[in-house]
Amino acid sequence: MQDLTEHFVELIRRTSTDLPDDVRRALSKALDREASGSAARGALESILQNVELARQKISPICQDTGTPIFFVRYPAGWSSRALREQIRAAVARATESAYLRPNAVDSLSGKNSGTNLGDEAFPSLHFEEVEGDTLTVDLLLKGGGCENVGAQYSLPDDRLGADRDLQGVRRAVLDAVHQAQGLGCAPGVLGVSIGGDRGTSYALSKQQLLRRLDDTNLNPDLARMEAQLTQEANRLGVGPMGFGGATTVLGVKMTSQHRLPASYFVTVSYMCWADRRRRLTVRGDTQTIE
Amino acid sequence: MIALHMPLSEEAIRALHLGDSVLLSGVMITARDAAHKWMIDTYIRRTRPPSGDDEQTYAALRDLLRGAAIYHCGPVVAGLQTKQYVFKAAGPTTSIREEPYQGEVMRHFGVRAVIGKGGMGARTLAACREIPGVYLHAIGGAATLIAETVKSVQGVLKLEFGVPEAMWVIEVADFPAVVTMDSHGQSLHTEIEKASRGELDKLLAA
Repeated sequence: MQDLTEHFVELIRRTSTDLPDDVRRALSKALDREASGSAARGALESILQNVELARQKISPICQDTGTPIFFVRYPAGWSSRALREQIRAAVARATESAYLRPNAVDSLSGKNSGTNLGDEAFPSLHFEEVEGDTLTVDLLLKGGGCENVGAQYSLPDDRLGADRDLQGVRRAVLDAVHQAQGLGCAPGVLGVSIGGDRGTSYALSKQQLLRRLDDTNLNPDLARMEAQLTQEANRLGVGPMGFGGATTVLGVKMTSQHRLPASYFVTVSYMCWADRRRRLTVRGDTQTIE
Repeated sequence: MIALHMPLSEEAIRALHLGDSVLLSGVMITARDAAHKWMIDTYIRRTRPPSGDDEQTYAALRDLLRGAAIYHCGPVVAGLQTKQYVFKAAGPTTSIREEPYQGEVMRHFGVRAVIGKGGMGARTLAACREIPGVYLHAIGGAATLIAETVKSVQGVLKLEFGVPEAMWVIEVADFPAVVTMDSHGQSLHTEIEKASRGELDKLLAA
């Protein structure tokens, strides 16, 4: 089995310092929609300057490099235990190189480990064995500001008039966007999961954040709802940084899973505009990061 | 753009209004969750006795914070081994977590500006009116751009809180921010919350 530690360090460096092209494009489009001289436009100008500078200087886009969340899909023959060790070693090295801020804090003692290595849950690693011979590792760096405004609803919800259907889901998502205001570093991206239990629903909502902003949902009902919610969330007028303005979200990505008859969860994971996600693909001896 | 120099005078603060863009220069201090809790517990509400280097840290803060700014920020810092500290990335963190403490801290130390993101609540707004002070909104996530305005790291207090939570004493030049809570009782955050609530009600009624 290959030692991929170097490549994991590179995956972290790229993710922390170089924003994906689709996110940059969405931010540029958002800039065009804001009135000249407005605080919203000023915020987006600073954001785009910062994105460019971070890439040139190989410096973190945001100081909150967040929880490193890895989704590993490995073919038969790879050891998930060895991959876990290599990823953890890479996280510690990337922290030393200041691509990551030391973020792992012991919840009882309050002590920061200084290395980004905590217990089993930090960094956050998800493994799945897959068919074929390609290994893919997706990394999401998700900061605390946006993590804190994530929300889970249990439908029906009387306050929102939300029933157990797509219209109810719509109400819950719009409420979450309103509650978040600018706190999640708007304009953000929403990952929405319908169904599951509380735990799987959160996990799946985060996986939605790995999708490109310009893709289309394969489920036509969800594709329509994604478009509608993006447009409606932007009508709220929260705007970049909560300064007011035309763009509150850059996109909405939805999925559903089976649920218990008694439960109907709608989970919204909010990703800040610094939507830091990259993928490492390993085929034979070739490794690529996109 | 309004140029502001620390220490900030009462007149300079009273002249600021919602929506003003400012460029801030001088010496300020980063402080977030652990630092605010330490200040409150040890020196303001005095629920725990000082220990270790608490007294020296407090004396340093009394001098540094008068008329200055507290920046809600947990930076990425290079040079931790050599102590030749350089700020690599230093955007604001969410301020509302300090709402239970901020007003008291501002009054106790004579702080005239709080910098962060997302805005704060009624108690901080009241303190801004009284002292007087302002809340300055920095651009969340614009961390490398903001780090460029940090000209030097003059020191660090309570590094044992961890790099993000320590109090970093920094000299900044032309640090960009927007006034979103002023000393006249106005808050952009309250206005936007209200307006967006109106839009949400319209969408949900349809």
